[in-house]
Amino acid sequence: MSRKTSRREFLLTAGAAAGFGLASVIAVEPARATPVAMEEAIRKVIGSARVTPGRVKLDVPPLVENGNTVPLAVSAESPMTEADHVKAIHVFTEKNPQPDVVSFRFGPRAGRARAATRVRLADTQTVVAIAELSDGSFWSASADVVVTLPACVEGV
Amino acid sequence: MASALINVPARARRGEVIEIKTLISHAMETGYRRSQLGARIPRDIIRLFVCTYNGTEVFRAELHPAIAANPFIVFSTVATESGTLAFHWTGDNGFSVTESARITVE
Repeated sequence: MSRKTSRREFLLTAGAAAGFGLASVIAVEPARATPVAMEEAIRKVIGSARVTPGRVKLDVPPLVENGNTVPLAVSAESPMTEADHVKAIHVFTEKNPQPDVVSFRFGPRAGRARAATRVRLADTQTVVAIAELSDGSFWSASADVVVTLPACVEGV
Repeated sequence: MASALINVPARARRGEVIEIKTLISHAMETGYRRSQLGARIPRDIIRLFVCTYNGTEVFRAELHPAIAANPFIVFSTVATESGTLAFHWTGDNGFSVTESARITVE
């Protein structure tokens, strides 16, 4: 028996088509970094070393209105002597198009392992700071940031 | 020519940790944005900032597109001797700017 497509069937098919269309749109968008991509970026910078939470401090506001300029400061407690100093502090994000943000490199001459800058955040996400000490250990800190107006990725 | 602003204390005591603030005008085009015609705007960012104190490197920052336009960098160094602090920014499309500041250590 042939019958016309029912309203329910039509809606189901249309919905599926719309869903498929949306999925394909998302697929062609520039790839956003994911927590996995961030993990990969971290591994690229620090190798296979073990990272322990603590010793490094990441200062970033918990709620930002404009993701285009977010003040960010990192610091680590260290005597900063030739024998015991912080070699570098790296910053990564989870959902920016690229997980790397900045790498600050210090030495005993820096006097203090502290640096600040302004970053872009493309979305509400977790920011991670990893400190590299002269004894070869790695320490991390993370902060969750809610972004009201994300840094523009598309359009001018 | 890009203009840079640098804030270094003019005089400091020997061994004191001084804070240095730098700001440089640069669009830091991420390379992820598209124009209204859909063409991707090529990346144009500052990749590296280096500070040397009388020729010795004291601080370095590797920048990525996630740094906001007009990079502002704050860091510190130990005032060891009177002399010159040189600041060097390098980036895409041959961007290169050098600035310097005098410091008197007593």
